[in-house]
Amino acid sequence: MAIGSAKKERIDSLAESTADDSGVSLAASAWKRLRRSPVFLFGSFIIVAFVIIAIISPWIAPHDPSARDLADQVIKARNEIPKPQPGYPLGGDLQGRDFLSRLLVGAQQTLLVGVFATLIGLVGGLALGTLAGAFGGWVDSLVMRFVDVMLSIPQLLLAFGIGALFAKPNLFTVILAVSIVQIPVFARLLRGSMLAQRESDHVLAATSLGVKHGAIVFRHMLPNSLGPVIVQSTLVLATSIIDAAALSFLGLGNPDDRIPEWGQMLGGAQTVIDTHPQLAFWPAGCIIAIALGFTLVGESLRDALDPKNRR
Amino acid sequence: MALLEVRDLTVQFQRKGEPSFTAVDQVSFDVEPGQTVGLVGESGCGKSVTSLAIMGLLPKRGAKVSGTVDFEGTDLLRLSDKQLRDKRGRDLGMVFQDPLSSLNPVIPIGVQVTEVLERHRGLSRKTAMVEAAELLEKVGIPDPTRRLTEYPHQLSGGMRQRALIAIALACRPRLLIADEPTTALDVTIQAQILTLLKGLVKDLGTALVMITHDLGVVAGLCDEVNVLYGGRVVEKAQRHELFAQPRHPYTHGLLASIPRLDAPRGERLNPIRGSVADNIPWDNGCAFAPRCPNALDICRERTPVQEDLGGGRLLRCHNPVQPEVPQEVSA
Repeated sequence: MAIGSAKKERIDSLAESTADDSGVSLAASAWKRLRRSPVFLFGSFIIVAFVIIAIISPWIAPHDPSARDLADQVIKARNEIPKPQPGYPLGGDLQGRDFLSRLLVGAQQTLLVGVFATLIGLVGGLALGTLAGAFGGWVDSLVMRFVDVMLSIPQLLLAFGIGALFAKPNLFTVILAVSIVQIPVFARLLRGSMLAQRESDHVLAATSLGVKHGAIVFRHMLPNSLGPVIVQSTLVLATSIIDAAALSFLGLGNPDDRIPEWGQMLGGAQTVIDTHPQLAFWPAGCIIAIALGFTLVGESLRDALDPKNRR
Repeated sequence: MALLEVRDLTVQFQRKGEPSFTAVDQVSFDVEPGQTVGLVGESGCGKSVTSLAIMGLLPKRGAKVSGTVDFEGTDLLRLSDKQLRDKRGRDLGMVFQDPLSSLNPVIPIGVQVTEVLERHRGLSRKTAMVEAAELLEKVGIPDPTRRLTEYPHQLSGGMRQRALIAIALACRPRLLIADEPTTALDVTIQAQILTLLKGLVKDLGTALVMITHDLGVVAGLCDEVNVLYGGRVVEKAQRHELFAQPRHPYTHGLLASIPRLDAPRGERLNPIRGSVADNIPWDNGCAFAPRCPNALDICRERTPVQEDLGGGRLLRCHNPVQPEVPQEVSA
């Protein structure tokens, strides 16, 4: 059967072309643009550098970050801390622990807090935002009033409040407190762009084809609404690191400071900032650098994923 | 019996604290299988709202739809959401004005064509892909297998509209509503798309409701024409009769305002003066009276009723344009 075999060949060729994305899929074309974007390259260089440091820090740190090697050089009364010296290039902290080692190992905790807080916030926000945007009507009103209530409380204050609920704060409660605060931001953002999609011509066109509600929401509305959410999540990565630092500073963070974390180190430096600014400078610089890295990547991602910019 | 019988279709938009606005007012028309019916009028005359009302695509809150839309004996306005969803795409298709914004920008064309095949005919993705390629070929898209993997922004305007037509006709609906399908395209592509639509409708036996403001499109495509003004049908006629002898001053004005290539240079165009009023006053008078060259006193006092002139011709006017006496008396 000549016709039959021709049809089979066609199926195979189609199956191949859909299986690998050598055609121009969304991800592939976004990647193509990103590879040539200096902003993206710079941002991702920063992130990759910090991630590598976080992973290999236990091996490259010259000393144990929790060992008080230089404790004898700390003189509380004269406000003196260990100076930079052979083997301790950045000197020690208020407890006489090697500052460089703490800075390196601190990348682990900080990145963990940032990534997990953002992920939890993102998942919660996507669920609420999709619910509100997909159904509209009273579901939308209900969800959005709840979100408005959360947004009406200043972000950091809400995080403190949630953090203070826990009798024994630890790393997980910090992550939870910071992430819950981000849920309404994501929800509102997603709901807004979902509503815009609802009114769009292609959703009307899909409706005119009898496409089911679920498919319209998940195939036609949600993917087109994700752009701003992706950008927001990179910004949230930065703010959740900062929020976690603030929680630590107020004593709502992980009380166990044997495992270093930049926010905690920054908070600990507050009392001696006029005499030993370097104790604040280094962790603050690291927080700013990683936040910048995420922000740059977020901005270039948004440009690359925006279908209107694609060629 | 007609495939589609629209009777007294009325659409009112209601806003809190404001008087309701009647966008479509007692519009009635029939579409026979395989026939092409035009709905013609300028912006704001209710043609798009009519098409959305037939498809049940108007927002439930705010829009009040009354009358009947009989499609093969069932009133579309009385169907449940689910029943209507099953009919859309399978029995009723629609092509929209702007082909770029009517396609989902983030998924490939192929998925958008197969979506409707999977939905209504229960095909697997693989077989649907093969049919999709055949469909694209049928609407004149070269290299269809490659095009299926591409995204809307990679296609030209004409290609996109062809793809939309392929999607709308994928399940061979018995009725296709085309809402200004060529407005966003340039003239040469317009002609191609119209020829394509004409051919497909003929091959598949699909009835077509053509919504347009372009009388050239009407001349090329439609069997029967309904001229809308202010939400009402002011004149209905067979295509030839409408062009040969427009009776309503509005229709006459529309035809007279088309620039002609054979007119002497320097001759002014003849637009219809004024524009469609926001809320069209059909109470106590003719809505077109303020712009009408033929308007009499009665036009501002009494609402004209629809008269049957015979031969399927309907007219709503107190003082119609008199038929011209044929200059050459045919033998």
